[in-house]
Amino acid sequence: MPETPPQISVSLWRGGEAGRYETYSVPRRASQTVLDVVTYVQRHLDPTLSYRFACRVGMCGSCAMTVNGRPRWTCRTLVAKVASAGRLEIGPLENLPVIKDLTTDMQPFFEKWQQAKGAFAPSRTRADAMARIRPESPARIAADAAIECINCGVCYAACDTVRWNSEYLGPAALNRAWTLVNDERDGANTARLAAVAASGGCHSCHSHQSCQEHCPLSLNPTAAIAGLKRRTAAAYLNGELKI
Amino acid sequence: MIARHLKHRTGTLWLAAMVHRLSGLALAIFLPFHFLVLALAVHGGAGLDSFLRWTDQPLVKLAEGGLIFLLTVHLLGGLRVLAIENLDWRDGQKRLATLAAALSAIVAFIFLARVF
Amino acid sequence: MNVRLYVWQRATAALMAPLVLIHIAVIFYATRQGLSAADILSRTRGSIAWASYYGIFVAAASIHAAIGVRNVLTEWSPLTDRRAGRFAAVFGLLLFVLGLRAVAALVL
Repeated sequence: MPETPPQISVSLWRGGEAGRYETYSVPRRASQTVLDVVTYVQRHLDPTLSYRFACRVGMCGSCAMTVNGRPRWTCRTLVAKVASAGRLEIGPLENLPVIKDLTTDMQPFFEKWQQAKGAFAPSRTRADAMARIRPESPARIAADAAIECINCGVCYAACDTVRWNSEYLGPAALNRAWTLVNDERDGANTARLAAVAASGGCHSCHSHQSCQEHCPLSLNPTAAIAGLKRRTAAAYLNGELKI
Repeated sequence: MIARHLKHRTGTLWLAAMVHRLSGLALAIFLPFHFLVLALAVHGGAGLDSFLRWTDQPLVKLAEGGLIFLLTVHLLGGLRVLAIENLDWRDGQKRLATLAAALSAIVAFIFLARVF
Repeated sequence: MNVRLYVWQRATAALMAPLVLIHIAVIFYATRQGLSAADILSRTRGSIAWASYYGIFVAAASIHAAIGVRNVLTEWSPLTDRRAGRFAAVFGLLLFVLGLRAVAALVL
């Protein structure tokens, strides 16, 4: 009679906004990730479980969920590291509407991205000469430090100000706006600064740094937002910004 | 539900932000009373004198020490935020925040040592 | 919170940093010396310096506290931004009036 392998007790959020945690028993394996655990439940215990993933190697950010109270990429979270006393609690990312179980609606996140004017606006045509950007220029260094964001939503889920202020654009959108403010080729900075200087913009940030602490790519939206505060304050005091 | 949300809100910087916010609120509530008391100085200050005698009590002195802590921690935390927002980024914010709290406690303690 | 409120709040904060340090020094001095009302008044009566210092302090504190209260209300209370703003403005005005009244009592 084969011995039961060691098990781990996992609580997964089931349902929509109104739901409950349900507990499953999953075999413990060496080097197991939280994503492995969720996948095991869906494939062997309950096929009705809804969750998202794609690359499963820490590149796409699709698998972000709340693990024992913290937003993380589940494919890059080792069970051994987070399951204290053999218990795991997994829920959908916070601060976003829950669709079902572990999946959230990312639409508000991307809408705020647009609101912050987080899209590049070209200032030249193909007939113009190419812009020559020096990689060591201070502006490019600032942009490069923040450019790797893959919109996973972890910072947004970690942010208290997002939780408290529904208008707040959030760390990711503002971080992206900062990269574009530092892009010499971009032509939309007047509108962009106005967008991030309005109510719910960069000035709502209280520098808790939860974003920076939780970012799986070690980006620093707090620093980017501080940069936006400086730029918008200067523009405002120079009369370039009307609000 | 709240407990679940607070589970990972135990980081140093989150606490620093809470202390900053709550100290500000406490000072804001204290201020009108402070102004009302100071206005007792009018007409020769007899009213103020009797209030000053009331403040000689140990519990009041302790409360004053608490107020000094709130004022100092709000000032130092505020300076830290101003630095983040106006100077180049520097790491070590957790250490700075802890230092601010420690310094404030020391200032409050010195105050208490002098008035007791 | 927008750029206009932000600039006012941070500017009054920066202005008050040295003012608060002086105030703490004054508190330490006054409490150690055990100054009575008459002692205090003999120093502050007719003093342009004390009037200016505390007058500016009161103005800055009123603005700073009002904006801070507004922020807390918009994030932690169910009030709309407009209502929170109005409540905060009234609070700021109250602080300003009571503060100037206190300064007047000490200086005039």
